[in-house]
Amino acid sequence: MKIIIINYGAGNIQSIKFALQRLGVEAILSNDADEIRNADKVIFPGVGEASSAMKKLNESQLDTIIPTLTQPVLGICLGMQLMCNSSEEGNTKGLGIFDTEVMRFSQNVKVPQIGWNTIQNLKSPLFEGVRENEYMYLVHSFYAQKSNEMIAESNYDISYASALQKDNFYGVQFHPEKSSKAGSRILKNFLEL
Amino acid sequence: MLTKRIIPCLDIKNGRTVKGVNFVNLRDAGDPVELAKIYAEEGADELVFLDISATEERRKTLQKLVLDVAAQVDIPFTVGGGISSVEDVDHMLQAGADKVSINSAAVKRPELINELASKFGNQCIVVAIDAKQIDGEWIVHLVGGKVPTEIRLFDWAKEVAERGAGEILFTSMDNDGTKDGFANEALATLSTIVNIPIIASGGAGNMQHFKDTFIEGNADAALAASVFHFKEIGIPELKQNLKDNGINVRI
Repeated sequence: MKIIIINYGAGNIQSIKFALQRLGVEAILSNDADEIRNADKVIFPGVGEASSAMKKLNESQLDTIIPTLTQPVLGICLGMQLMCNSSEEGNTKGLGIFDTEVMRFSQNVKVPQIGWNTIQNLKSPLFEGVRENEYMYLVHSFYAQKSNEMIAESNYDISYASALQKDNFYGVQFHPEKSSKAGSRILKNFLEL
Repeated sequence: MLTKRIIPCLDIKNGRTVKGVNFVNLRDAGDPVELAKIYAEEGADELVFLDISATEERRKTLQKLVLDVAAQVDIPFTVGGGISSVEDVDHMLQAGADKVSINSAAVKRPELINELASKFGNQCIVVAIDAKQIDGEWIVHLVGGKVPTEIRLFDWAKEVAERGAGEILFTSMDNDGTKDGFANEALATLSTIVNIPIIASGGAGNMQHFKDTFIEGNADAALAASVFHFKEIGIPELKQNLKDNGINVRI
């Protein structure tokens, strides 16, 4: 099985690579269009600021390639946010895969949200064997609004989509690679899709 | 609901774990990677590695440690100690650290916080602040608490948040090593003047102290070293105790 982690200079790539290694899988880092198209599974990571990450995607033309992929694709954290229509962060136009918008948490809560929060209303094979209200590690200042494509929700300030799915595209706001055994199970489920 | 975090801190010297009482006398408490795995297994929510070596090869040694930890540990961790440039941070994040903490370098050149936040995102920038009270006023100290500055804690906290820190790790030098509890009054004030998470550090001696810092100190996370390293408090028992006391923790 060929697993590609998209390498566009805005990711916590090492941690994801190690998490897959712990599952016995050696992932390849790449930003090459052909290599990405031919992979069995694609992971789209991301940390940092949305508009500068999007700019990097534009420069490498990954913004046109990612939405046309047909194999399972997993966006993590900022990766998931960039798969939405738009983000309030830097007024960024997203890839438009998920039909929802990314907004900033209000000042009613500490921003960023950092730590372990629960995920609920789990609705996807991605969560096979994961209990309702399982804890996941999250670090983010912006969140995806709830939509029909929501497959998990979390609550911080308001209830928001902590995971989304449309066809072969999956997105998780939390970091499965840093979320202990349950996170590892989610990655394993993704590899088995 | 977001849970309160329990964070063991591993002081590292030349790749080994140490913990000093009031940062002076050092005792060996084991191999950092093994210790990190045990803590992750026991339910620690995050780990902090604080490098206190002063050798030429420090960065190489630390980077190797970060790689080893990232490969073997499945919870987030922060690396700090002597980090003073964008390049240093880049090295640590590339090796697999989730966050870095900066302390003296930020005091000497506050713009560093802005530079790091814009390059890496504020979520991975922890500003560590060591302070103690002088004539009733909380004053920021450097060099592991030995050198006083003229900066007031609360002014500095506000400034680092404005410059883009994602979190503040506040160590009270008055409490550190005393095992008499955290500096909850100062912690509670911090939470009212900045809107980023605050990690409480210095003074943990028993389980009640953790409960107090989450309730009275309004801390988002509590960090401790020796009580965990010398097994005076077990993390599973601590979390159960906090849960029984109505504090939301990950179990």
